[in-house]
Amino acid sequence: MASKVLQKANSFYDQYFRNPSADKKMPHYCPGCGHGNVHKFIAEALDDFEVADKTIFISPVGCSVFAYYYFDTGNIQAAHGRAPAVATGIKRAHPHSIVISYQGDGDLAAIGTAEILHAANRGENITVFFINNAIYGMTGGQMAPTTLIEQRTTTSPRGRNPHNEGYPVKVAELISQLQAPVYVERVALFDNKQRAKARIAVRKAIKNQVENLGFSLVEILSPCPSGWKMDPVDSMKWIRDVMLPQFPLGVYKDLTKEVKPYEVPEFAPSAKEIKELIDIVPDSNKKFKKSKVIEKYINPEIKVAGFGGQGVLLLGAALAQAGMLEDYHVSWLPSYGPEMRGGTANCHVNVRNIPVGSPVVSNPTVLIALNRPSLEKFEQDVEKDGLIIFDSSLIDLDVKRKDVEALPLPATQLADKLGNTRTANMITLAAYAAYTGLFSKETLYETLKTAIKRRVLIDINKKAIDVGYEFGLTHRKN
Amino acid sequence: MAKILMKGNDAVIRGAVLSGCRMYFGYPITPASEIAEAAANYIPKVGGTFLQAESEVAAINMVYGAASGGMRVMTASSSPGISLKQEGVSYAAGAELPCVIVDIMRGGPGLGNIAPEQGDYNQIVKGGGHGNYKCPVLAPNSGQEMCDLTRMAFDIAEKYRTPVYVLADGYTGQMMEPVEFGEPLTKFPRQDWAVYGDAVSKHNLISSIYLDPEELEEHNLKLQKKYQEIEKNELRYEEFMLDDTDYVVMGFGIVSRILKTVVEKLREDGMKIGLLRPITLFPFPKGKIADLSERVKKFLVVEMNNGQMVDDVRLAVMGKCPVEFYGRMGGVVPSMTELYEKAKQLADSTN
Ligand SMILES: Cc1ncc(C[n+]2csc(CCOP(=O)(O)OP(=O)(O)O)c2C)c(N)n1
Ligand code: SF4
Repeated sequence: MASKVLQKANSFYDQYFRNPSADKKMPHYCPGCGHGNVHKFIAEALDDFEVADKTIFISPVGCSVFAYYYFDTGNIQAAHGRAPAVATGIKRAHPHSIVISYQGDGDLAAIGTAEILHAANRGENITVFFINNAIYGMTGGQMAPTTLIEQRTTTSPRGRNPHNEGYPVKVAELISQLQAPVYVERVALFDNKQRAKARIAVRKAIKNQVENLGFSLVEILSPCPSGWKMDPVDSMKWIRDVMLPQFPLGVYKDLTKEVKPYEVPEFAPSAKEIKELIDIVPDSNKKFKKSKVIEKYINPEIKVAGFGGQGVLLLGAALAQAGMLEDYHVSWLPSYGPEMRGGTANCHVNVRNIPVGSPVVSNPTVLIALNRPSLEKFEQDVEKDGLIIFDSSLIDLDVKRKDVEALPLPATQLADKLGNTRTANMITLAAYAAYTGLFSKETLYETLKTAIKRRVLIDINKKAIDVGYEFGLTHRKN
Repeated sequence: MAKILMKGNDAVIRGAVLSGCRMYFGYPITPASEIAEAAANYIPKVGGTFLQAESEVAAINMVYGAASGGMRVMTASSSPGISLKQEGVSYAAGAELPCVIVDIMRGGPGLGNIAPEQGDYNQIVKGGGHGNYKCPVLAPNSGQEMCDLTRMAFDIAEKYRTPVYVLADGYTGQMMEPVEFGEPLTKFPRQDWAVYGDAVSKHNLISSIYLDPEELEEHNLKLQKKYQEIEKNELRYEEFMLDDTDYVVMGFGIVSRILKTVVEKLREDGMKIGLLRPITLFPFPKGKIADLSERVKKFLVVEMNNGQMVDDVRLAVMGKCPVEFYGRMGGVVPSMTELYEKAKQLADSTN
């Protein structure tokens, strides 16, 4: 019977050429199986709305894994339970298409619970058909999440026991609780009247998508004579007498009259637009001549450390930015994650004449310490003859080592005098640049364009650079 | 075009957009979240789709769906998330779907930590999921390569119809370096195998099922042939001071950067030492290693893991010379001095 039924709709292939069996007209389902009925309703609806050409059918894992034998549409076969995620991907790729996600109860209500819940919750503009046959058909009659209490299956041989396996999952009820879905109905296939209702529900669920209304799900109580070890006639009775009381039929949700259709605007920017949109057009194309660096400060390997809020990472990034503007090879590497949670932060910066090998600075030639713990922690790591610059207004401590050079800099005090404590980092940057001759003032000004995102703060930071630069120049020893 | 100072993770998304990627599906995880954040910011701006999925499993299956539609699509994650994606990657490999997966590795096993490790080498390079597949693996070690190799990953993926990995570590993702960008791709040719939701493409089927063992074997043979083609055409590595060398150090990603400095320093000391850095981990520079093993005294392989790539080096060396391994785990990045000492010892123990 099923084969005759399947041939009717145009949206089915005439011959099931993908089916390896010799008979290319026979479907692979068992006699009396509900899958064939639902396939037929779907194909007829696709015919009616003339959308077969733009339909993409997602076959699940389960007995309907080979649904693509039948539907003369685009076809994708998905992993077990993942059809709604795959449907999401293809629908987002081609919003004009009609995407059908077809799933069994193991597929949808066990392994794929997260995927269906979230596809529904996002209101994906797709149509889901959910075949509830209270059993795993394909794998030979094991318990499904929808298996009824006391129902015997090969993995609930003494009957489903709620204390061990819990209760049947009620999908239509669950999904209808979410805000986004526009249409959720449960139907059954046990007699002609119910099948007619099922056909209407299937049609409506597809129509909703044709009209871009949003997420629709139809749960179909469907016979599995093989899994239930019953003949087709008894199977129908079992749906009516045993399943129905547990899975009440009806429309659980219908917002189709209320919602506005989805619109997906198209936008294909030009090459020039793309570059601007993704921020890869540099703030400045200016090139800056390398400054005259005092010999011993060439190729610095810098560590900047301090409290999280002191702008430590920004100071480091500004160093790297300035280096890049002067055509050095640079790298900047932050401490990240939990390291930062204690409130301290540090970063490693290289400014080199030749390509940077390791970006990791374990033994800095320059340590910039903005708070006491940083000085205490990193002083011992500094290379012999290295330079330590520290904020002497916050650190009441001297550099202990005698084999390094120390430059105490009252950065916070100077910043306060300027009227903005937060400029201490830029004062430090400028003092270091001037003291070593690493960067010119012009380069530092230009660096601010990238380093300081809030335009109103540029002026004060420029002043900070003046102050710091002045300090660095006047304290030069070489 | 002038360069821009940028984090590796941010450069990944720029490379992706330039290569025509307009779809991103992902789930947050440190230290890869910045890729998702950059994608969320930029991909919708250029008319694409960014979606935060409910899990890495969902994300890779959304990628599977979008790739079925012939789109350039990607996801990114870090080690635990990549473990979750493996089922989907196996399906994509089986169904021959092009897509790009970025793994910013962190410390493991289990929840481990978020520090930069390289413990995913085996997982990524040897397949990772079930079945007889491999994915091309590109291992950037700089901000520029985070951009360029991501871009290249899309081309390789499409050319061979395969998932491609970009395998990096937390440091390469977090590091900022100057990056130069090329011109964006704006025309996307139709893929004749893909499903577009139209009459022309409706006879296409995306699937990894081959019920008949002989058919599945045939499909597998086809995949193996594809991998051979990839080995032939897509091998990339960097050589540094190898011409006259007695000793070869090897490492990928951030390790290779440290090793380069080590080689520079040891050369200053007069040691004949050089660096071989695989840029592609599959294909692996087997031939180059075999050639070197004929004339050098020793290899030292350094990894931030328990010794994974070293197995492949040993296979290529075939016992022709000693291969030593030095590894740090748990997210400990070996210091320059540490590796300098290690590499220096190579000479002590040979003759
Ligand atoms: C990851 C994974 N786990 C398990 C399976 C085995 N499997 C195949 S179908 C199936 C259950 C199918 O049952 P259902 O979704 O109810 O569909 P039906 O066969 O009843 O139509 C299972 C467990 C699989 N293919 N993949
Ligand atoms: S096992 Fe059940 S669900 Fe599967 S084809 Fe047979 S009757 Fe249908």
